[in-house]
Amino acid sequence: MPRGRPACDHGVVSQPAATSGAPAVPARGPLERRRSGRLVAGVAGGVADHLGIDVIWVRAAFVVLAAINGAGVVGYGLLWVFVRQESADVQRVTTRRERQQAIGLAALGLGVGLVAAALGNSVIGWIVGPLGVAALGAAVVWREADEAQRRRWAAGARSGVTGAAGGGRTALIRVVSGALFVALGIAVFLIGNINLGQVQFGLLAVVATIVGVAVLTVPWWVRLARDLGEERRQRIVEAERAEIAAHLHDSVLQTLALIQRQAEEPREVLRLARGQERELRHWLYGPQGYGRGSSGGGVKAPALDEGLAEALTKTAAEVEDTYALTVSPVLVGADRPLDPDLRALVLAAREAMVNAAKHAGVDEISVFVEIEPDEVNVFVRDRGKGFDPDDVPADRHGVADSIKARMARHGGRVRLRSTLGEGTEVHLAMDLATDPATGTTTGDDDAPAPDAAREDEQEAQP
Amino acid sequence: MSDPQDAATPDGTISVFLVDDHGLFRAGVRAELDRGVPDVEVVGEAGSVDEAVAAIRHLRPDVVLLDVHMPDGGGAEVLRRIRPECPDVVFLALSVSDAAEDVIAVIRAGARGYVTKTISGRDLADAVRRVHGGDAVFSPRLAGFVLDVFSDRPGAAPPGDPELDLLTRRERDVLRLLARGYAYKEIAGELFISVKTVETHVSSVLRKTQLSNRYELSRWASDRRLV
Repeated sequence: MPRGRPACDHGVVSQPAATSGAPAVPARGPLERRRSGRLVAGVAGGVADHLGIDVIWVRAAFVVLAAINGAGVVGYGLLWVFVRQESADVQRVTTRRERQQAIGLAALGLGVGLVAAALGNSVIGWIVGPLGVAALGAAVVWREADEAQRRRWAAGARSGVTGAAGGGRTALIRVVSGALFVALGIAVFLIGNINLGQVQFGLLAVVATIVGVAVLTVPWWVRLARDLGEERRQRIVEAERAEIAAHLHDSVLQTLALIQRQAEEPREVLRLARGQERELRHWLYGPQGYGRGSSGGGVKAPALDEGLAEALTKTAAEVEDTYALTVSPVLVGADRPLDPDLRALVLAAREAMVNAAKHAGVDEISVFVEIEPDEVNVFVRDRGKGFDPDDVPADRHGVADSIKARMARHGGRVRLRSTLGEGTEVHLAMDLATDPATGTTTGDDDAPAPDAAREDEQEAQP
Repeated sequence: MSDPQDAATPDGTISVFLVDDHGLFRAGVRAELDRGVPDVEVVGEAGSVDEAVAAIRHLRPDVVLLDVHMPDGGGAEVLRRIRPECPDVVFLALSVSDAAEDVIAVIRAGARGYVTKTISGRDLADAVRRVHGGDAVFSPRLAGFVLDVFSDRPGAAPPGDPELDLLTRRERDVLRLLARGYAYKEIAGELFISVKTVETHVSSVLRKTQLSNRYELSRWASDRRLV
């Protein structure tokens, strides 16, 4: 998770690199080619920046490698193709001396390479030579592609694979000459090394041409893939942002507007605010919540799964909305699928909440639900007026029918405690079948609990 | 545990420091505490982790009210950086977050309690006094989380140190009543014990939450790189 990573680390590294920007600062960022202060493609400079050493050593290493069958050249070319250019325009001062040194090194490398080729085994020489020519041609073309890319960024103009040719006459010349080099290299290589019949030679020439074309267009393919990846990432980020913005607009802004219009009615404002809070909370922290990463959900994932916990949470939310007060449910234990008995429990709990909301004269009701393997306990508590249970008029059916009788029908227990002036607590308990799987066999109810709650309510109330 | 007496200011008021990235919320808390509560004094506030660490180091308040969610690391980060050098400063987490991970994380990092931001000014002052007195403060929701983690559900990892990894029956009873919304005095009455004993049980639950090796707790903590 990104949060835990100490943020100060990052700051220490990036700040000096951004402010001073001298090439000597060993800012160990990702490997990127230098954009300024370079001689060929900024590869050596980029490697030096990445490793935090002086650029001259990197160049020397490339030259030495180049003398060994051109490995340095190939390596340079590969880095050129696969390493992206740095994006920020960092100003670097290239001294005259450094430039001369580097050119000298390059010349030296070329000389050493030629001598090595001449002295070395003639077969190796024949292979390395033409391939070297081809590589040189490819390097010219690739470099041109790089230039074209930069021009494209600078001008903001869109150009496709033919972008290189669109870059003016010199660009065209460079590309064509590069292509010729490649073709020449391959041809010399083939003629020098292989003795074949006409047909085979024709076939081979076709293959060689394809290889040549492939080699020449490598930079575009690479870049195309990279740009596509980049674009996809941007699109995902963009979509994410749009989704958040849309959600905030639909929910939070709307509610705030409503609140402003209803500013004179505290209860209505409270109701709106609570409803919005609950919704946002669910969005953020709910089971599929926005703030819930892919990790961390495995252990608990409790409260709002399909089942008893969700039904009770929904019920609490409904009471909250209807009576404009706060119902804060706390749920403990592993959720269970609803069965008829548990549904009755939810309905009884709802009735208890409604009673508290109507009669207790409070603005908060506590609901505590504990789901144990063999028993479910629900406590609905308020700190309101309280009443004498024996004193309830006989024509009031809420407690008697909706809570006590219902719980009794389903094998549950009710304990009601109320003290005048201190509040009321309704304790609902229900035993469970030992195995959750067998508990559901008594009936197949797909009907969501709240709907059922309303139906049942109507038959119980009159 | 630190002696509650040595942190008190001479005139007996409790100095409180606010850490929250929302200026409006800080202003609200400050106003509420300054207005109605004579023995609690807000001595400063901070809106970011760095600011908070520097100011707490300098001011050495008695109690820090700490927001759980802040941009650069949040309350847990403040705790991680300042607690080793200021062990006698007491932290009370104050959050809108409902996510068990966040709440447990700050508790594990050393906060002495957790209350939600919807708490009234009077209750907040009460909570401040209680943590300053060396006690732990559990909101019903936190009690629910802790009960949940320490429940012996099938599939839960076997405890490593039974002393720490299990709650006693009494502690469980106290937590249940806390989760049901009972005040300490009511819990004492319900269980036929003294308020002092209730406080002892709550403190020991907090200690177990902070030190226990239970798999779920460790997992939450390590997800947030707290251990």
